[in-house]
Amino acid sequence: MENTNNLNTSRRKILKGLLFTFASAILPAVGLSEEKTEKAKAWILGDDYNPYEHYWGMGIDINKCIGCGRCAAACKLENPVPKEPFFFRTWVERYRVYEDESTVIDSPNGAIDGFKPENEPDKKLTRTFFVPKICNQCDNPPCVQVCPVGATFKTPDGVVLVDPEYCIGCRYCIQACPYGARFLHPGTRTAEKCTFCYHRITQDKLPACVEVCPTQARIFGELKKKASPLVRFMRMNKINVLKPSLNTEPKVFYANYDMEVK
Amino acid sequence: MKLPLEKLKRLLTDWHLQETLKKMRDFWSNLPEQIKRLVIVITILIVVLLIVRSEFIPEDFGEHGHYRASAVEEIVAQPVHFAGQVACADCHDDITIFKRNGFHKNLSCEVCHGPAAAHIEDPEENIPPAPRERGYCPLCHEYIPSRPTGFPQIVSTAHNPMSPCISCHDPHDPEPPETPKDCGACHAEIASTKALSHHIYIPCTYCHETPEEHRLLPHEIKPGKPQNREFCGRCHANDEQDQKGIPQIDLNSHEVRYVCWQCHYPHLPETQ
Repeated sequence: MENTNNLNTSRRKILKGLLFTFASAILPAVGLSEEKTEKAKAWILGDDYNPYEHYWGMGIDINKCIGCGRCAAACKLENPVPKEPFFFRTWVERYRVYEDESTVIDSPNGAIDGFKPENEPDKKLTRTFFVPKICNQCDNPPCVQVCPVGATFKTPDGVVLVDPEYCIGCRYCIQACPYGARFLHPGTRTAEKCTFCYHRITQDKLPACVEVCPTQARIFGELKKKASPLVRFMRMNKINVLKPSLNTEPKVFYANYDMEVK
Repeated sequence: MKLPLEKLKRLLTDWHLQETLKKMRDFWSNLPEQIKRLVIVITILIVVLLIVRSEFIPEDFGEHGHYRASAVEEIVAQPVHFAGQVACADCHDDITIFKRNGFHKNLSCEVCHGPAAAHIEDPEENIPPAPRERGYCPLCHEYIPSRPTGFPQIVSTAHNPMSPCISCHDPHDPEPPETPKDCGACHAEIASTKALSHHIYIPCTYCHETPEEHRLLPHEIKPGKPQNREFCGRCHANDEQDQKGIPQIDLNSHEVRYVCWQCHYPHLPETQ
């Protein structure tokens, strides 16, 4: 009797021990991973902004753009963009399509000083319009893929940013961007690009270019929420993106887009 | 202190352990010399790499993705320059209300007055500029063919060239100071196109029946448009009396499926 009793207790002990060992081995891991996902879902920036709860995009109505260039001017006032020409986070292009199907595209100083009514050549114009350009904040950004150090990245709210402290200035991303939206800052020698005014949108403000657009040619808002001016814009217009064949999945959507727009 | 040492001794004297240690020693001494040296070099390299890696990669790298989490916080901390429309309305509600019904109702104050975040910090010290010179308004309102049709445009060299815009137009409620006498005052694009065409001497009202009220309420009361082929046929049908130089067609056989302006632009009929 005693012997069997002993055996029973020892077996029970072993089983118990085994259970506790496994539990102690697994439970902290489970707890930690839960904690990790919890942590990943919450990231408070600034006052009360959780990038996991937003997903931003921009709509541009080409028919509404009057080419005043206030967006490009405001961008340089809002952000540390060099004041001299050739450095733009956003700019406006003028397209002139002539009867012989030749197209002239110009953007003097990114349209900051506006456009001048230039003397047309003898050819007749068939179509002409303005196209605001900006970083497309691609969902599948080639610039992020080529960065060798992880200095450019996509935030949880879909904005592609550059870490100027970490950038080594190799310019791969400038080469990789099919939209020409990046440049090398001549002062810091690091890559620069549009951030959708990340410091503004995290404070519930509109990007500077959207704020000053006098004709509301630019619409900014959430892509994944129903009550959003951008979702309405995309419902009311026929939408296209720039260079869709590259599968970059841009988040800047153009309405009334002409096939000449590149 | 003594206890662990004794334990260690016991462990070392343990037969199994000694056996494994002996095996390991044998393995090491049987290794060729060049491999031994290689192993030492590679071990040092790996250790150095690990130390350098931990030294160079910031602690918060990879917290939310393949990037430095604090970089996002640094970008968020950038100063704001444009305060936004809501901020202006907080104090200047008089102008906000005045502006609300005018053509400039959708314009943010900072379009013309510039970034005003500093003005909000210290309203007395930083007074935002107001553009009063003639050069500013044409940024939007100069006639450029690329601008969308219907957007109010002027040719500034012909439009009161000496006086600043604000002497006639209130920028907060930019109505024409007097009812426009000719159509070209608002429809500059069409007027300039028509000036190049053979229709230059046909007055707009010949084709567009325009109620007098259209001058005051341009969006509410709109002028009429010709409705049928017979309207153009009044000049261009070949059964009409011969009018010098006017191209004429047979209304009954010439592309009967279409109305004229589906192919010919009436303001510049020379183009197809």
